[in-house]
Amino acid sequence: MTLALETTDLKVRLRLAEDWFTVCDLSALIPGRGVAALLPDGRQVAVFADRTGRLYAIDNRDPFTGAAVLSRGLTGTHRGRPFVASPLLKQRFDLESGRCLDDETVRVTAYEVKAA
Amino acid sequence: MTATPGASPTIVLVGHGMVGQRFLEALAERGLTATHRVVVLCEEPRPAYDRVQLTSYFSGKTPEDLSMTDLEFIEDHGIELHIGDPAETVDREARRVTARSGLTVDYDVLVLATGSYPFVPPVPNKDAEGCFVYRTIEDLLAIEEYAKKATTGAVVGGGLLGLEAAGALKGLGLTSHIVEFAPRLMPVQVDEGGGAALLRTIEDMGLSVHTGVGTQEIVVGEDGAVTGMKLSDGSELATDLVVFSAGVRPRDQLARDCGLTVGERGGIAVDEQCRTVADPHVFAIGECALAADGRVYGLVAPGYEQAETAAATIAADEASFTGADLSTKLKLLGVDVASFGDAHGATEDCLDVVYSDSRAGLYKKLVIGRDGTLLGGILVGDAEAYGTLKAFTGSVPPVAPESLVLPAGAGAPAQLGPAALPDDAIICSCNNVRKGTIRGAVTEHNCTTVPEVKKCTKAGTTCGSCVKVLGQLITAELEASGVEVDKGLCGCFSQTREELYEIVLALRITSYQDLLDRHGREAARGGDGCEVCKPTVGSIIASLAPAIGASNYVLDGEQAALQDTNDHFLANLQKNGSYSVVPRIPGGEIAPEKLIVIGEIARDFGLYTKITGGQRIDMFGARVEQLPLIWARLVDAGFESGHAYGKSLRTVKSCVGQTWCRYGVQDSVRMAIDLELRYRGLRSPHKLKSAVSGCQRECAEAQSKDFGVIATASGWNLYVGGNGGATPRHADLLAQDLSDAELIRLIDRFLMFYIRTADRLERTSVWLDRIPGGLDHVRDVVVHDSLGICDELEALMAAHVSHYRDEWAETINDPEKLSRFVSFVNAPDTPDPVVAFVPERDQIKPDLPLLNIGLRPADDILEGSVTR
Ligand code: SRM
Ligand SMILES: Cc1cc2nc3c(=O)[nH]c(=O)nc-3n(C[C@H](O)[C@H](O)[C@H](O)COP(=O)(O)OP(=O)(O)OC[C@H]3O[C@@H](n4cnc5c(N)ncnc54)[C@H](O)[C@@H]3O)c2cc1C
Ligand code: SF4
Ligand code: FES
Repeated sequence: MTLALETTDLKVRLRLAEDWFTVCDLSALIPGRGVAALLPDGRQVAVFADRTGRLYAIDNRDPFTGAAVLSRGLTGTHRGRPFVASPLLKQRFDLESGRCLDDETVRVTAYEVKAA
Repeated sequence: MTATPGASPTIVLVGHGMVGQRFLEALAERGLTATHRVVVLCEEPRPAYDRVQLTSYFSGKTPEDLSMTDLEFIEDHGIELHIGDPAETVDREARRVTARSGLTVDYDVLVLATGSYPFVPPVPNKDAEGCFVYRTIEDLLAIEEYAKKATTGAVVGGGLLGLEAAGALKGLGLTSHIVEFAPRLMPVQVDEGGGAALLRTIEDMGLSVHTGVGTQEIVVGEDGAVTGMKLSDGSELATDLVVFSAGVRPRDQLARDCGLTVGERGGIAVDEQCRTVADPHVFAIGECALAADGRVYGLVAPGYEQAETAAATIAADEASFTGADLSTKLKLLGVDVASFGDAHGATEDCLDVVYSDSRAGLYKKLVIGRDGTLLGGILVGDAEAYGTLKAFTGSVPPVAPESLVLPAGAGAPAQLGPAALPDDAIICSCNNVRKGTIRGAVTEHNCTTVPEVKKCTKAGTTCGSCVKVLGQLITAELEASGVEVDKGLCGCFSQTREELYEIVLALRITSYQDLLDRHGREAARGGDGCEVCKPTVGSIIASLAPAIGASNYVLDGEQAALQDTNDHFLANLQKNGSYSVVPRIPGGEIAPEKLIVIGEIARDFGLYTKITGGQRIDMFGARVEQLPLIWARLVDAGFESGHAYGKSLRTVKSCVGQTWCRYGVQDSVRMAIDLELRYRGLRSPHKLKSAVSGCQRECAEAQSKDFGVIATASGWNLYVGGNGGATPRHADLLAQDLSDAELIRLIDRFLMFYIRTADRLERTSVWLDRIPGGLDHVRDVVVHDSLGICDELEALMAAHVSHYRDEWAETINDPEKLSRFVSFVNAPDTPDPVVAFVPERDQIKPDLPLLNIGLRPADDILEGSVTR
């Protein structure tokens, strides 16, 4: 059975303090690939969808290099948990918690995200 | 001249052979080199080397490879090493040694490690020109030189060394004979049954064996050089060269001359501490010593134990040498022969278990005690189990002994893994290393490979016969500690890249998810894969796209999600998040108009511009949203993607060649352009580089390339497997004097065979060294079509060539794809503020302070921060 999910009107929304911030159309996300979004305060967020359609959002800034590139990394599953590997030096970050899997002292912000 | 005796006590070592060197190491380990002056008198023209591996000189090892002496070690420990200066006399009263050069050294302790000399039976003309012994590197050099003008060689002695020597003569291209006095070969190690199996195998290899006959006389010609030998059965054997290998005798002359006690049949008599029985200031170790058990040991392992014992005794520690095991394994000739423990069944009441198959040249015997203890054995034709069996010797093996000698398929039960060995089983008898020590190297010292364990424990560093078991033990230990040692590509796939390639091709799988869900590891199915397998599978699908009916455009559909970020943006990511742009300049040839276009674009977008090492031009500092604008102009001017970002063909460098150069013999520029256009866009396990030189002067450096071409007067020579980078490798010549068409056909096949069989991120150089059979195998496959796959390889390449499309032209014409080239999905017109530049030497460079903002100190772990 093919699920023809009606996505046209669905938006990707990010939780910022009390508000839900609209990032983009859900259809702009390719499963397994990220996009970057600019937040009102100048921060950047990397938003991903996995193959089942689940959404994740973490800070876009790669803490190891300072470049805003995490949205351009490859995603995957490690021990059942979703991650993205930085495209620069390949450190992996857990997409749900923002924790770096290769250096436990490093962590990036993880955001609550939904399609609505 | 007299060497000035220092204040510290002096140890003098006479003989710097294998055992002498081990003695020095043992001194250093015990700190004695710091408290003592150590003087070494070395007779040979080079410091200690691996005599056990001597014969490997003939298979390509150089004297340097064989060296066991790290000169840094000698220097660091202040050891005075006198090379080429043997000891001539010892005055025990004065405790003084005098060397040939006149050097005299006063000693507190004298250690004799003078080894043995080859025994040459006293037959007439034994010293004639063409007679040799087999003991030192110098002996081998002399044999090699003499063999150049010889056609036949004979070895006197069919023991372990004799067989090695005979194999070496055969390797030098001589017709080889072995003459053995005893009724069988290797009489010391094997029994009659084993000797018969061995004889068949040796004869099958083309060596002539004469057993049960003695050498009576060496026959010489008028010039005094060897022409043959007379045998005890009255026959005569014509030969140009004779190698005596009739056993060794301890070199004890120095000891005899100074009145030390020697055994009836030679050997310097020592006690269990390796101290000479006649003089407490003198020790003897190695092959020159007659040990306390009344034996002279002709193997290196007991010698090492003696070296340790002597060093310990000098350090006033407790140690003793009371005897050792005589296990051996033949290293050469491609014959498996091993004997260990009580091979001849000398123990009272022992029993034999024998398996013998004369047709297959197999003979295996185990000697078992009444209580089931494994006492020893002989293996001929298949010594696979040697390491394990040797280690079990002295204990009751956990399975029935019969099952240990039966060949696979003959009802043989499960092989006994080394895991079944007890921790105190000796795995490496040369270096006396127990299983427990090897396990410790893995579990406590984090060794994960054989070379690491060798370095850590010394196991496997001498005769090498235990290396196989070492490997098994390491694997078992790693597995036991939960480390996965499978050859799988990654955590998602248990297959290698090669296997995945075959699956994708055979089943025409065009989707990564499909491959993962059907062929991935159980736990990975249904998941999102990982950063290792996604690009690998993406590359396989791209390589095979036309053949399996997938899109060959890497940004199509699911493929887009598989690409590394460089491939995804068709550009190379730089440290600040900007990209570089490299248009293809085939063969490095570029018309001025095109140069001007590049200059204008770089100027208009403010890009940093540089000539690369690959004969083309790179423009750095483009923001992601600028890439399509830049490429629109480049494509318009006739440029294509240079694939500087892809694991694919990079450049085919050229030299200027025949057209201009006075030495050129072919048009190297044209060929480079042809090759670059033919293979552009070809996705492969790693990047591919090439070059074409117009003559043997090689200005294009083709021999450092994955496939390099050099012009000859009559065509092209094709070299493969070259590499620059961190581990440079010169390419190997694959074929010579090829026509244009032959050259291209061969490269087609070579590249497709590489793409098919290489591991992920394995350059051709590493691949060529790894695949079984190496260059010869690759030549068989791609030149002689030994696998019958050349048609298929050519067809795959033809499909690639005909389906090639420039991916940048494709991208700028696809609005949906272009929409991905933005810094922010919610603000497509806003550039990433982190990408900023500062001026340098008239151009730009990334603003590094900007990147550093937000990097905080370690104690303050905040979200979004880093500790370094
Ligand atoms: C133009 C160039 C080929 C090209 O199209 O790229 C070139 C051209 C010549 N090379 Fe070269 N070499 C060129 C780069 C190289 C390189 C690559 C490099 O250095 O980056 C090498 C390999 C590296 C090296 O130096 O070994 C190279 C190794 C040689 C050699 C071999 C040197 C050797 O020691 O083996 C020769 C022959 C010689 O020394 O007599 C040589 C000699 C020559 C001569 C001078 C032959 C001659 O005596 O006439 C060629 C001049 C042709 C002409 O009439 O103009 N050229 N030559 C390259 C000029 C580079 C430059 O910046 O000027
Ligand atoms: C071809 C070959 C294959 C072998 N294969 C094996 C094998 O597979 N397994 C195994 O266990 N053993 C093997 N052996 C035997 C092994 O090499 C010896 O057991 C080992 O080298 C003995 O070490 P050593 O230090 O006692 O003697 P050596 O290594 O012979 O060293 C003695 C050194 O003392 C020097 N010397 C002698 N007199 C003087 C003097 N007066 N002053 C100064 N220096 C002097 C000699 O020149 C020599 O360099 C093999 C030997 C050969 C030749
Ligand atoms: S390789 Fe030969 S033909 Fe090419 S530039 Fe060098 S010297 Fe001239
Ligand atoms: S047994 Fe010889 S090196 Fe280990």
